[in-house]
Amino acid sequence: MRLIGCLLLLSGFFIVLAALVLMTSFQSRLGFVVAGVGVEVLGVALLTQAYKAATKEQR
Amino acid sequence: MNPVLCLFCMMLIPLAAAGLALIHQGLGRSRSAAHAMLATLCALAISAIIFVIFGFSWAGVSGASAHSFAAGGVRWDWLGAAPFFATGISFDGSDGAGLNSALTLCLMMFGSGLTAMIPLSAGSDRWRLVPACLASALLAGFMFPLFAHWAWGAGWLAQLGTNFGISGFVDAGGAGVIQVVGGLMAVSIIWIIGPRRGKFADDGMPAAIPGHNIVLVLFGCILALVGWIGLDSSSSILFYGAGPQQIVGVVINAMLSASAGCLAAVAVTRARYRKPDASISANGWIAGLVAGSAACAMVSPVAAIDTGLVAGVLVTYMIEIAELHLRVDDPGGAVSVHAGAGIWGLIAVGLFGHFSEGTRGSHLLAQLVGVAALLGFMLPLLYAGNLLLNRFVPYRVDNDGDWQGMDIRELGAGAYPEFVVHADEFVPR
Repeated sequence: MRLIGCLLLLSGFFIVLAALVLMTSFQSRLGFVVAGVGVEVLGVALLTQAYKAATKEQR
Repeated sequence: MNPVLCLFCMMLIPLAAAGLALIHQGLGRSRSAAHAMLATLCALAISAIIFVIFGFSWAGVSGASAHSFAAGGVRWDWLGAAPFFATGISFDGSDGAGLNSALTLCLMMFGSGLTAMIPLSAGSDRWRLVPACLASALLAGFMFPLFAHWAWGAGWLAQLGTNFGISGFVDAGGAGVIQVVGGLMAVSIIWIIGPRRGKFADDGMPAAIPGHNIVLVLFGCILALVGWIGLDSSSSILFYGAGPQQIVGVVINAMLSASAGCLAAVAVTRARYRKPDASISANGWIAGLVAGSAACAMVSPVAAIDTGLVAGVLVTYMIEIAELHLRVDDPGGAVSVHAGAGIWGLIAVGLFGHFSEGTRGSHLLAQLVGVAALLGFMLPLLYAGNLLLNRFVPYRVDNDGDWQGMDIRELGAGAYPEFVVHADEFVPR
């Protein structure tokens, strides 16, 4: 779960970079950048779940 | 650029470190107070040495040589390429351009120290001293310089305007470079070392472990204000060419955003818990400073108040959500205050900033790209680096040390040997 979370973070970042390189209009760039940040938020959520599961196991 | 004013402002920055140190140790337990202060000193010392030896080479200076590659038809300037040991800088006054480099080195050296201090409060009461020092070295030697180059060293984020026709990423006072990077480092540390023993019950409900000296925490807030004014002012002069008149605005904005953040936290905690919470209000003050620093020289006083108000409210809820729902044991609130408020501050630049060039939308887009770089690249990098280091040097103290306190465990003596009796050590006879 931790690995997938980290991969989601990186994927979001590359979506943002791709938006900068491939898109030209402001709206499409903004849309893809927001989507990339959304993917990163999913990655953070997954890492948080992994941490919660690990602390439960420790107890 | 006015070098004398810049240097004077820079000399105030250690007061930010002093303020944060008091806040961190005051919000921790008394049995780890001396350890917290010593860890802060060690983090500052190690990060200064490592940054000057290695870090500055990779952080670089605007206009100096840098590593870059071409992709998608543009040049991606991603890492500085200055000589190690800061040998490229002359301090004898013979080189006119050398003054700018020397001032940048000085500012970034203090900045790397502040960044290294932030995670210490998140790992309070359980993060061992040696791994904390090694993590500070890792942060100051590579991770801080990487993002510092992107934002302050004319890296790809600063060049978004030139390369992609949108505005450049703006971080006038280090909300991203220092605060968010430090806050994300704090998240990584918490994910690795877990909560303090006794913090969460079996059903997941958190126990209150109050800070041991709230007076020091509140005094630390006032010290931090002075240091933050120095940090915001010097980086605005150095990286964004702010003049003396704008620096007056920076000073006023820092005070206003901190005040708004604190008052917002006082009001929210008063409304929710019937009485204001001193430690959360102190966190609101720092959150205001953190959020306000991103756009310190580029917003009106009203916008600084708005930024601080949102930061103060945000931090109050973030601390509660982190503890209640995410099981994050963050005694100093580093994640909410530095990462949360820092990200809000970076976005607020796009919403409230006054710029001579570019539309508001393009500034907002550039700031979002910066936030995406912090979350999408810096967070996994920091987490992976700390996970790796934790394999070789375990971060967390053992269970006995957790109860005993870090002072006795690692330093052999308590911070207050004659004054404090811990409830769980007291045995009635």
